Amino acid sequence: MFRQRSIQTLIRRPAGATPPPGLSAAAMLIAIIILALSGANAADDRNPFGRDPKAAKAGEYQFRINCALCHGLGAHGGGRGPDLTRPQKKHAHTDAEMFQVISNGIPGTAMPANGTNGQGVGMTDAEIWQIITYIRSQEVKAPTKATGNAGHGKELFYGDANCSLCHMIEGKGGRLGPELTAVGESRTRVAIIDSVRNPSRRLAWGLAEATKEFPQEYETVTVVTADGKEIKGVALNEDSFSVQIMDTSEQIHLLEKDKLKSFQKSRQSAMPVYGADLLNDKDLDDIVAYLSSLGAK
Amino acid sequence: MTGRGVGDLQNVKLVCKAFNRGGRGGTPRRSLRKIVGFLTICVTCLLFSSPVSAQVTFDRLVNAAKEPQNWMTYSGDYSGKRFSGLDQINTKNVHAMVAKWVYQTAATGKLETSPLAVDGILYATAQDDRAFALDARTGRPIWMYQRQLPGDIRPCCGRVNRGLAILGDKVFLGTLDAHVIALDAKTGNVVWDVAAADYRTGHSFTVAPLAVKDLIVIGISGGEYGVRGFIDAYDASTGQRKWRFYTVPGPGEPGHESWEGNSWKTGGAPAWNTGSYDPTTNQIFWPTGNPAPSNRGTGRAGDNLYSNSLLALNADMGKMNWYFQFTKHDEHDWDATQVPVMIDAGGNHLIAQADRNGFFYVIDRTTGKLISATTYGKTTWSDTKDAEGRPVANNQSSPTLAGRTVCPGALGATNFMAPTYNPQTALFYVTARDQCDIFSTAPQPYEPGHAYYGSAYFPSDEAEPYRGFLKAIDPATGQVKWQFEHASPTFSGVLSTAGGLVFSGDAEGNLIAFDAASGKPLWHFQMGGAVYAAPMAFAVDGKEYVAIAAGSAVYTFALP
Repeated sequence: MFRQRSIQTLIRRPAGATPPPGLSAAAMLIAIIILALSGANAADDRNPFGRDPKAAKAGEYQFRINCALCHGLGAHGGGRGPDLTRPQKKHAHTDAEMFQVISNGIPGTAMPANGTNGQGVGMTDAEIWQIITYIRSQEVKAPTKATGNAGHGKELFYGDANCSLCHMIEGKGGRLGPELTAVGESRTRVAIIDSVRNPSRRLAWGLAEATKEFPQEYETVTVVTADGKEIKGVALNEDSFSVQIMDTSEQIHLLEKDKLKSFQKSRQSAMPVYGADLLNDKDLDDIVAYLSSLGAK
Repeated sequence: MTGRGVGDLQNVKLVCKAFNRGGRGGTPRRSLRKIVGFLTICVTCLLFSSPVSAQVTFDRLVNAAKEPQNWMTYSGDYSGKRFSGLDQINTKNVHAMVAKWVYQTAATGKLETSPLAVDGILYATAQDDRAFALDARTGRPIWMYQRQLPGDIRPCCGRVNRGLAILGDKVFLGTLDAHVIALDAKTGNVVWDVAAADYRTGHSFTVAPLAVKDLIVIGISGGEYGVRGFIDAYDASTGQRKWRFYTVPGPGEPGHESWEGNSWKTGGAPAWNTGSYDPTTNQIFWPTGNPAPSNRGTGRAGDNLYSNSLLALNADMGKMNWYFQFTKHDEHDWDATQVPVMIDAGGNHLIAQADRNGFFYVIDRTTGKLISATTYGKTTWSDTKDAEGRPVANNQSSPTLAGRTVCPGALGATNFMAPTYNPQTALFYVTARDQCDIFSTAPQPYEPGHAYYGSAYFPSDEAEPYRGFLKAIDPATGQVKWQFEHASPTFSGVLSTAGGLVFSGDAEGNLIAFDAASGKPLWHFQMGGAVYAAPMAFAVDGKEYVAIAAGSAVYTFALP
């Protein structure tokens, strides 16, 4: 049974279509005015809800249901998805672009097209716009300027802090840990600091099954081969019968589990804990400033 | 062991094929005598061949165990056991098993289909309501069908389909736009097409229907949209609806009082997995899913009957004889839509169900009374049982705004993946998952055709990684006799065979053969795509095959 038609029905109606029966002329007129007004602005404002706080509230619930699994409660980013409270986003700037990204996903990333992640229900157009309104309401209007010295941060990254032994930026650095070129634009400052201070607190999450072919979780693996050789590194991939490991000297080992003397896997990160003794707050701030400057390009 | 009679007939058919081949390549100088001889043999062939392509009668379905070379219902027979009587592939030789053919469906997304095999032809389905018939020896298609779906269907959890039913000379498909259609088994042509419900209000079919007598029984999906669930039966010849059982009772019906106000109208309780059937009592056992909104109990106070229940329905009338509700007033999306498995042991007629809520239930299928309920995985929602032995929810399980960690998580301790029961080991095998989630409320108003969850779930930062298992449960005690831990949780179903084997897939793309007694993996094959389907077995020309869908393809395996 259909209830009375909602604004959502109206929005989805193609231009020039007959007005839905039961909608009064006055309401229709108001709707037309609203649509016309919003259409008069930039492409950004194709969002029929604009910055309406009521829509943002509805969008918050939709966000929790559809997005928070990866992007975290409050859109601050999770183990999988970027922080969306940053006004500057990598793949979308205007509302219309965000709508496209949510509808179609981002090929080559874990971001699925609406309704295709295999778990949960797809969103209607109106619900997507509400989510965008909600994300806009959560954006930090004046992002705290990186207080650190990016130049010094870069020196540390490639020098004394030893970050580049395992992490690569723009093709330069090590391969054992996650590539960090885009980390500044996808993670909050708090999240970056936390993963330096407590690297094991949250390893990358493997993805939901529908897309789980995707990125590695950086689990630490220690094996002893049949001839007694110990190999320690991170798992690039694994199934019940084989494991693909990168060791600390970036050698790839392709191993069959039943031929190993022992196989141990741990969610203790291979990354050392950078306490304040190893890296003081000021230097860490400089490194974060360097990572954030990459994102600002 | 294959059906000897049919095997013999197939040998005759092979002779006939050889003659046909001779005929095509023959010379014009063939003597009349030869031709007459050929014709005589071929007519004999036709006569003897006809039973091979005989119609699938109700009698054949009832006696499916007598023809283990065929797999004629979703679970292989009416009991829901997913057990194959074939033993050519067994614990001693399975190490030599090889891939025989692969059929690429060209569909993207999850394949949840469980093929049917009848007299040398495999019938299966794929995304977006594709159906196809394949030469079971070679994988070459005989026909293909794809429904023209409306652009605005919004099935809940992937554009999936779990398979067909077969009866007479037709196969039956439930579609994503909530139609039931009959296809000619020889051509794939549509014979009839009826709309069961309006897809725009969130109704869809993903389930493999069940053919019982002259009826096609099918249950609706849409628990995430606040549909009012139902199970339908259609006349297999005409498509006329014979009965409908609403899984949410209307005003005046018993059970209606278990819903607050008008919440019954959008109460959910879909019926999206295939039930089983007991011919001796003429009862259909069909499981139901979550109440709607799936994760928010506010506004629908009460037990919310018959959500998350097993229903015993009279097959002719659709009248309910009894029900058993696994999770009352569910707030965690713990559909009870697992295949109910009929087990006869020590003179008892039982049903075993490993439920999504983490408990393994054994029920008397004559009365619907609970016999035992034991956990088979990580559960935190229940510490006590009521007078009947039914697990009762504690006060730490309802979702809150701040969020509350509960195990099992939203995907459940198991889900739709088909389990198996092997009468030889007397063990029940099921794919299981240890996962806890944070459940947080997110109220939503009901709008027709819109998502209607009322809550959200997340993995906890601090939670242990999810773990996935194949578990062998002894229904007599509820104890887990052995378990195999997968590299990660999987949605693969499970098959057991008279060869002492259990087959299951994994999320990494392997099909694995286990020793049914010990759980030791004896063989595996990397298929290159995650498994969401259940394996089945069949035989052609006296050769046993195991088939399973993985990635976008259907794979078959046999001895070399």
